[in-house]
Amino acid sequence: MTTTREPELPITELERVTIRFAGDSGDGMQLTGTQFTRTAAVFGNDISTLPDFPAEIRAPAGSLPGVSGFQISFSSNDIHTPGDEPDVLVAMNPAALKTNIGDLPAGGALIVNSDAFSQGNLNKAAYATNPLTDGSLKEYTTFEIPISTLNERALEGLDMTSKQKDLTKNFFALGIMFWLYERSMDPTVHWIDQKFSARPIVAEANKRALKAGYAFGETTEIFHTHFRVRPAHLAPGTYRNITGNEATALGFLAASRLADRPLFYGSYPITPASDILHQLSGYKAFGVKTFQAEDEIAAIGAAIGASYGGALGLTASSGPGIALKSEAMGLAVMVELPLVVIDVQRAGPSTGMPTKNEQADLLQVMFGRNSDSPIPIVAPATPGDCFDMAIEAWRIALKYMTPVAYLSDAFLATGSEPWRIPSIADLPSIAVENAVADDLPFRPYERDPETLARPWAVPGTAGLEHRIGGLEKADVTGNVSYDPDNHHRMQTLRAAKVAGIARDIAPLEVFGPDHGELLILGWGSTHGAIRSAVERLVADGRSVAHAHLRHLNPFPANTEQVLRSYRRVLIPEVNLGQLLMLVRARYLIDAIGYDRVRGKPFRIAEIVAEAERILGESS
Amino acid sequence: MTTETNGQQPALSPENAQVIALTRKDFVSDQEVRWCPGCGDYSILAQTQKVMPDFGYKKENIVFISGIGCSGRLPYYMNTYGFHTIHGRAPALATGLKASRPDLMVWVITGDGDALSIGGNHVIHSMRRNVDINLVMFNNRIYGLTKGQASPTSEFGKRTKSTPAGTIDTPIMPLTIALAAEASFVARSVDTHTEHLQATLERAGRHKGSAFVEVLQNCNIFNDGAWRDFTDREVREDRMLLLEHGKPMIFGKDRDKGIRLSRLHPEVVTIGQDGVTEDDLLVHDETAEDPYLALVLSRMFWPEFPVPVGVLRAMSRPTHDRLIDDQISSAIAKSGPGDLEAVLNGGETWTVE
Repeated sequence: MTTTREPELPITELERVTIRFAGDSGDGMQLTGTQFTRTAAVFGNDISTLPDFPAEIRAPAGSLPGVSGFQISFSSNDIHTPGDEPDVLVAMNPAALKTNIGDLPAGGALIVNSDAFSQGNLNKAAYATNPLTDGSLKEYTTFEIPISTLNERALEGLDMTSKQKDLTKNFFALGIMFWLYERSMDPTVHWIDQKFSARPIVAEANKRALKAGYAFGETTEIFHTHFRVRPAHLAPGTYRNITGNEATALGFLAASRLADRPLFYGSYPITPASDILHQLSGYKAFGVKTFQAEDEIAAIGAAIGASYGGALGLTASSGPGIALKSEAMGLAVMVELPLVVIDVQRAGPSTGMPTKNEQADLLQVMFGRNSDSPIPIVAPATPGDCFDMAIEAWRIALKYMTPVAYLSDAFLATGSEPWRIPSIADLPSIAVENAVADDLPFRPYERDPETLARPWAVPGTAGLEHRIGGLEKADVTGNVSYDPDNHHRMQTLRAAKVAGIARDIAPLEVFGPDHGELLILGWGSTHGAIRSAVERLVADGRSVAHAHLRHLNPFPANTEQVLRSYRRVLIPEVNLGQLLMLVRARYLIDAIGYDRVRGKPFRIAEIVAEAERILGESS
Repeated sequence: MTTETNGQQPALSPENAQVIALTRKDFVSDQEVRWCPGCGDYSILAQTQKVMPDFGYKKENIVFISGIGCSGRLPYYMNTYGFHTIHGRAPALATGLKASRPDLMVWVITGDGDALSIGGNHVIHSMRRNVDINLVMFNNRIYGLTKGQASPTSEFGKRTKSTPAGTIDTPIMPLTIALAAEASFVARSVDTHTEHLQATLERAGRHKGSAFVEVLQNCNIFNDGAWRDFTDREVREDRMLLLEHGKPMIFGKDRDKGIRLSRLHPEVVTIGQDGVTEDDLLVHDETAEDPYLALVLSRMFWPEFPVPVGVLRAMSRPTHDRLIDDQISSAIAKSGPGDLEAVLNGGETWTVE
């Protein structure tokens, strides 16, 4: 399949390359990016990806809102982010060029489908003059390739319309990139054969397009070199590429096994959480019960009902849906049943920018309920970490009989990285026992002295018939109570139960010096950008460290001690300072916030610059 | 389709069945009942406790789930498992509970505000899914717990604390809603008609699938006499239509009135007048696959018509929990029980030495 002809062009060795594919949302850019990702992952590079797609399913073809992009960074080293800026931009039409060119640094490579630069498409992208001829692209190394024409020629003789043929041009572009970066076409050819096994002509067209693109790279003289990025030195093990949503679904599936209880997933479709529902609905053979509810409230209500019956009740949404679930989350706090609520955060407020990233629901899940209503919060830091934190969420929920909020976000959910597949034997057991009738009368709110958890008495257990509900409970007996002192005691007990979890979670770890000038503290999907920034700063001899909170309520017990080991604390967040507010309130530490809320992840360089600025101030 | 006829519960499995026959007293909890003296809820509670032993379930396998409102208190008074949830959401919780625990008998206790205002969506969807629950809706046409505002079943023009000039909202017909939502069992009874109420609850409890029971209930504090125009002893035979499966629709003290269908509309006729005989009357068929007859009955109300009570519809279709379990069974039959190791290692993998 792959050509074995000796390359005549020189090969340039690179440590890391970042490519962005951009085109119309009908151009198949997500698929192109995914195929490049798989190929790089199987080759052994470390990878990190960032899809960027519009909320519109099909915005008008060629329009600016219809542009869809996919960025992949692949490296021979350990990397943490999909790259600040692309080295190569593949733009399939003028709109894609216009919306993405600003991110391409001077000297960057630009590959455009020159066929798409018709007057009509230029108008749709609001270009007054053609950028390919007006000199505006002169700071880039531009390769104008008539991809549509070349592709149509490669598909000559196939019984398809021109329009159908044109749908395969993304694979022509992919073929060029495979040649440029010395990649095998085999994984993609294999994928095409499987995907289109029922439609041989479509399979043939896509394979021809791919190979034609590859051959174009090889035979044309427009490229003066091609590039090699060697495999990365990852820890030994078996790997797969995984997105955060995939890891989340797998983590909850594993939690069900580790808890030895069936998983019940109540959910209402919402971007960017729906893929978790899609994936879990495929696990019926595990006994997983998925329930697409009539609304967000029913989704969490059913999950609470399932937990009441002894199952693992799980629900998911994004910010707007979490708002609707709030009252039921409060009920779960009051009745002290285990429950996990996934919030795959997106840009808000209100409907906001549904496909774009933000981490601005921290205070919503922390405080967004009536009264004092404490809920533990966990937040995975990377796509792969979603698996571990899903299990951790259930460990806490079961051990402490409490709802737990699990904060993912759009970047984690759709971004991907290589994931070392864990051995099931290495995973923790999180099983807990149901209450039994050994000491009657049953006292449903008598707490475990250590965890303060109440017993989980599931219907069907003789002798434990009891009534729970949203009304205040009398301590120990669980009967309805309006006694003033009892209410104070119960509020305090609920708070103490959650606060006490701090004794039972991993301490906050520090990357870099254990004391010094500056600590950069983060949470959630900012992990990659902060870690990369700190690596650079440390390499430059700066006294900077990174700590990343994966438990946000309660904070790990050593948090204050870590924070006080540095002169300054910088908290970059994709919100206007929510963790910052919690840290300042809790520890009276004069931490500094750094916010960029653009629907996109942080760039490494921004964090480096901000850290340098602060270091400059304090020296 | 299920094999049970008329959506009746199949014989109980030994784990669920009572070993020693229980009595009404076994279902009375130790909690003091706190409804207003004279409230219709007392009767509903009493009839519920009375019929409970008949189903043969052990009491630990019975769960009462309620929402908010005066009706929401009922689970506290039942010596079974009970869950007093949040406003309107009891059917949602019941759906999740029943889906994960098909072995339990699940009752949902709700009111006209809880079920038809704030929780309307959940009622509709639990019914259309044929969730195997028995939903009992106390209808007193008023918000009682919040002290007297108009409810979705309050009559047009009703003056209440929140509608001093009269409500401008057309009332909802609860049974029409239940039928439109594809409930497989739909019935109506009255708090004070204790034997009829027992029989109706008994039928609902034995039905396999979504059962919707409207109980016309009196709130003697905020809406006293809401139903007395046709439920009072002296008038009820003339003003209510007792539905009996397979029987012609006859009512009246003298059993001389009947319901006939004229085109799409029901009409009240007198047997023996204008040549009307029993053969002209509608014959009740609660098992009809289509809901048309039941829909006609659900629209009949005093004073234009006698108010139908009894079972409007009882048909059989697969329950939600059953369909979920069937899909799981066929997935396992097709590919064996789930293999976590295989799923974790799914897709393309590569090994780093």
